[in-house]
Amino acid sequence: MPELTDITIDKEIDARGSFCPGPLMELIRGMKALPVGGVLAVLSSDPGSAKDIPAWIQKAKHEYIGAFPEQGYTRFVARKAH
Amino acid sequence: MPQHIVIVGGGVGGTIVANLLARSLHRNEAEITLIDSTGKHAYMPGWLYMPFNHLSADSDQLIHPERDLLNHHANLVTGEVQQIDTQNRELRIRHSAGFDEIVGTGGASEAVYPYDYLVLATGARLEPSDLPGLVEGEGKWHHFYSAEASLRLREALNSFEGGRIVITVGGIPYRCPPAPLEFTFLLDEWLRKQGLRDRTEMHYLYPLPRVFPIETVAEVATPLLEERNVNYTIFFNTEAVDTERKIISSLEGEEIPYDLLVLVPPHRGAKVIEESGLGDEQGWLPTDRATLEVKGKPHIYALGDATDLPVSKSGSAAHFEAKVVAHRLIAEMHGEEPANGEANYDGEVMCFLETGQSKATQLVFNYEHPPHPPRPSLYYHMEKQLFNRAYWHLVPQGLV
Repeated sequence: MPELTDITIDKEIDARGSFCPGPLMELIRGMKALPVGGVLAVLSSDPGSAKDIPAWIQKAKHEYIGAFPEQGYTRFVARKAH
Repeated sequence: MPQHIVIVGGGVGGTIVANLLARSLHRNEAEITLIDSTGKHAYMPGWLYMPFNHLSADSDQLIHPERDLLNHHANLVTGEVQQIDTQNRELRIRHSAGFDEIVGTGGASEAVYPYDYLVLATGARLEPSDLPGLVEGEGKWHHFYSAEASLRLREALNSFEGGRIVITVGGIPYRCPPAPLEFTFLLDEWLRKQGLRDRTEMHYLYPLPRVFPIETVAEVATPLLEERNVNYTIFFNTEAVDTERKIISSLEGEEIPYDLLVLVPPHRGAKVIEESGLGDEQGWLPTDRATLEVKGKPHIYALGDATDLPVSKSGSAAHFEAKVVAHRLIAEMHGEEPANGEANYDGEVMCFLETGQSKATQLVFNYEHPPHPPRPSLYYHMEKQLFNRAYWHLVPQGLV
C-alpha cells in the first residue's frame, strides 16, 4: 500500500457518522461523478465499510488504493479506472 | 395570543403530530395547522398488494380524507407550500382547488402563513429523471410506489405470459426498504397460482453487497430467494434503462435483458425543501438524530421520509418520530425540559416483511440494535393483515 502522502486525492467525501449503506453509497455516488483516472477518498466510521468498500471497488473494476486508519475513522481511497 | 404551530405534510408522521398536539395543547396556547397538498391521506403499504388484488385506487383501505383523521382542534389547509422562509418564519402557499379550510386569507389562491414552530413532514418524492431511460420509457417499465402505478402493473401482469421479470431499485435511499423483496415473494406466489412460474425467470438485482441493507435480514431473505428459485445479483447499481431494447445496465458494467421490469423509482426529498435551500444534495433535511430538530434551525422539526437520518424511510419510523416531535413541542410550549425517555428518538423501527405463501417476519430495530427476524410464519402475516385494516382507526389518531 502506498503512503497517503504520495497520493493526490481529487475528491474527498466525509461519510463519518453515517452507517450502512451510507459510506458505500457515498463512494458509489462519488465514483459516478468523478472523471476517469480521478482519485476519490471516503471517510467512514462504519466498521462494515472495511468489507463492503473494497468488495464493491473490485466488482466495479476500479483500482483500490487502500484503507488508511485515522483517529476513530478510516480513509478509503480508490482510483476510477473506466 | 396562541402560538402558531404549522405542520407541513399530512402523511402518517405529520398527522400523528397534529393529533397529539391538538389533544395536549389548549386553543389559547396553540393554533395548530396542518398543510397538505392533496388533503387526502394514503396508506402507502397497501400499494404493495394492489398488483395482486382487486382494490381500486379510491378504496377506503387505501385512502381517506385527511380531515376525517384529524382532531377538530387542528386546522387543515389544502395547498402546495411553495417556499419556506426560515428567516421571517413564514410559508408561501398556493391553495389547491376545493380546499377545506382557509385560515384568514379571505379566499385568495396564494397566501402567506406565519409560524412560531414548524414541523416538516414533507416526505419523499419519486424522481424518475434521476435515472437515464425512465422518463423516455414512461409506461414501459413498472413500479408499485403509487396506486396508479400499481394498477398499471396489475394490468401488465394480467397480460404476462412468461419470460424474465427483473425487480430492482433505481437508487438508495427509497421508501420501505423491504418492499422490493416483499414484492418478489408475493410475485413468486402469484405466478405459481397463475400457473406461470415454470415459464418465468425471476431476477432480483440489488445495489449493495447483499440482498438487503441490514445483514441480519439479508441472512433470512437470501435462502428464501434461493428456495423460491429467484436469481439474484448483488452490487448492481442501476445506471440506465433501455426500454426499447429491454435491457437494464449497471455502474458495475453488467447488462441484463428483461421482458418485464419492476423498478422502484429514484427518490428525493420534497421539491419545496430543495427550493427553499433546506435540504442536502438529494433534498433530505439535515436532522438531529435524537432531537429531530432541523440542524441549525431553531423551532423547526423534521420527521419521516423527509429527514436524512440513517433509518428506514417508513411509516413506522415516522410513527415513532412523531411522538418525540410532539413531546418536545409540548414541553417547549410549556417552557419545560422534555422528560427523559420520551425526549429522544433512538432510531426505533418496527415493521413486517411479507415472505409470500401467507407468511411474514417482523423487523424490530433501532440505531444500536439490528433486527433479529423470527422465522417467517402465518402469525406475522396475519398480524400485518390486521394492521393494514386497523391502521385507519389507530395510527393517524396517535392512539398507538
